[in-house]
Amino acid sequence: MLMAATPSTKTNWGKRLLIAIPYAWLLVLFLAPFALVAGISLSTVRLGMPPFEPLTAWDGSILNLRLNFENFLYVLTDDTYLLAYLTSLKIAAISTAATLFIAYPLAYGIASCSPSSRSLLVFLVIVPFWSSMLIRVYSWMSILRNDGLLNALLLKIGLISEPLRILNTETAIYIGIIYTYLPFMVLPIYSNLSSADRTLIEAARDLGCSRISAFWRVTFPLSLPGVLAGCALVFIPVVGEFVIPDLLGGADTQMIGRAIWLEFFNNRDWPMAAAVTIVLLALLVVPIVYFQSRQSREKT
Amino acid sequence: MTKPSWFNRLSILFGLAFLYLPIVVLVIYSFNGSKLVTVWGGFSTQWYATVLNNPSIIEGAKVSFLVAAISATAATILGTLAAVVMVRLRRFRGRALLNGMLLAPMVMPEVVMAVSMLLMFVTLGIDRGPLTITLAHTTFTLCFATVVLQSRLVELDPSLEEAARDLGCPPAKAFVSVALPNMIPAIVSAWLLSFTLSLDDLVISSFTTGPGASTLPMKIYSQIKFGVTPEINAISTIILGIVVLGLVAAQLVSRRSEQRVSAAA
Repeated sequence: MLMAATPSTKTNWGKRLLIAIPYAWLLVLFLAPFALVAGISLSTVRLGMPPFEPLTAWDGSILNLRLNFENFLYVLTDDTYLLAYLTSLKIAAISTAATLFIAYPLAYGIASCSPSSRSLLVFLVIVPFWSSMLIRVYSWMSILRNDGLLNALLLKIGLISEPLRILNTETAIYIGIIYTYLPFMVLPIYSNLSSADRTLIEAARDLGCSRISAFWRVTFPLSLPGVLAGCALVFIPVVGEFVIPDLLGGADTQMIGRAIWLEFFNNRDWPMAAAVTIVLLALLVVPIVYFQSRQSREKT
Repeated sequence: MTKPSWFNRLSILFGLAFLYLPIVVLVIYSFNGSKLVTVWGGFSTQWYATVLNNPSIIEGAKVSFLVAAISATAATILGTLAAVVMVRLRRFRGRALLNGMLLAPMVMPEVVMAVSMLLMFVTLGIDRGPLTITLAHTTFTLCFATVVLQSRLVELDPSLEEAARDLGCPPAKAFVSVALPNMIPAIVSAWLLSFTLSLDDLVISSFTTGPGASTLPMKIYSQIKFGVTPEINAISTIILGIVVLGLVAAQLVSRRSEQRVSAAA
């Protein structure tokens, strides 16, 4: 806005260069790679490096374009992939709801504190987010295993008579996801609640609203943008999650991120993996676009 | 508002206990004398000695720190440019696309980015190794750095810069000498965020590396996969200690510069 007011030719060149640098980086290393994934998903697997056939062939005078749709047909009809997509969506949906359930009271509690203790509490919520996720998931392995801390504790207080099998089950995946993604849910809700207009609640209370109904009729509806942002920040990455299902889940719970990993490193079928990735992306683009358009509508 | 109610206190307590439980367990067991991860065998620092004498872990740590330092620096520089473009140059063709490219990696599953980067490097025929990991890390941390810098730049009072320009300072110089010093806390935290994200990444590194270059998370991951070793607790505690120190330092830097700004005003 400052610079736009003086459109001299000199600043225009500087401006163009300024825009071009981040633009060029992201075009080459972010956008172009996606086009490549789409292209290679239509290729055929072969032995060698790179392990896929080129899409075009030049035989002297004719340019042949070979597009192989078999990978997509396979992904969309094969039971294991369909199941993996559905499992991922289900696990993402349930764990997003569960994370919200734990995060909201926490965010609400922090927002109701005095400003000085607020910043300390927010700091405490952020610290685990900054430390290694792989390591924290590993720690859950030693808590949840059959001879782990949780079972030892439950046995000691006599709540169970033999160890529960939690590690390598879907329950362990839920615990890991809720734990790992909790800060992503707490922070947007907190920032929404802490900037909320308190006088609205006071007004509701003055007009005879009880504390609880003031919450449900005023505070909660007003905090929905924060809730929505938090849900998007949890749901979308969880669908493609690899580390948590790989370390905490069992072999019978296949999520799509892990399926892509196995296709790449174990089966070495890159075109197939690319096709699985494209379908995953398509599944996620719908909520992303929805969320984006909603956000931009709110801004205007 | 009034004092937090018992319900608020309880939910804070429960939430924080949940967040810190695995971290506390990890730190305690890193000093465990027993070889069995779940049996307490007395206080010992033997696992720290094992870690420091493990050349593979040290090598992985070197790769990780080098990659994280370079990519965090590149991401912070690019992120500053991107933040300036997005905040100060409101109107240009392709702004929406740039905004989309800056936001998408934040919500994109890591595995999607990892696959696309791998295919990119293979197509371009670039040998995979520390360089390709660094390029990939710069790209995915760039968006996080930009978000941090953007939010600071939006808050910045433009009148100081306007004053400098009224006094005959060219716009670029006005930005560098007036706005940039005020952004130092954001630059520090953008760098630290990029650094830790890079240090922690497993999926993108695994896809973009070649034979011979393994980062620390890759080494930790393969150790976890092929049998749990108590060493991991010690490595984790060391990393945790570094991260917490960095965070506290960043907090102090930003608090001090805030105080300086408010004292100057």
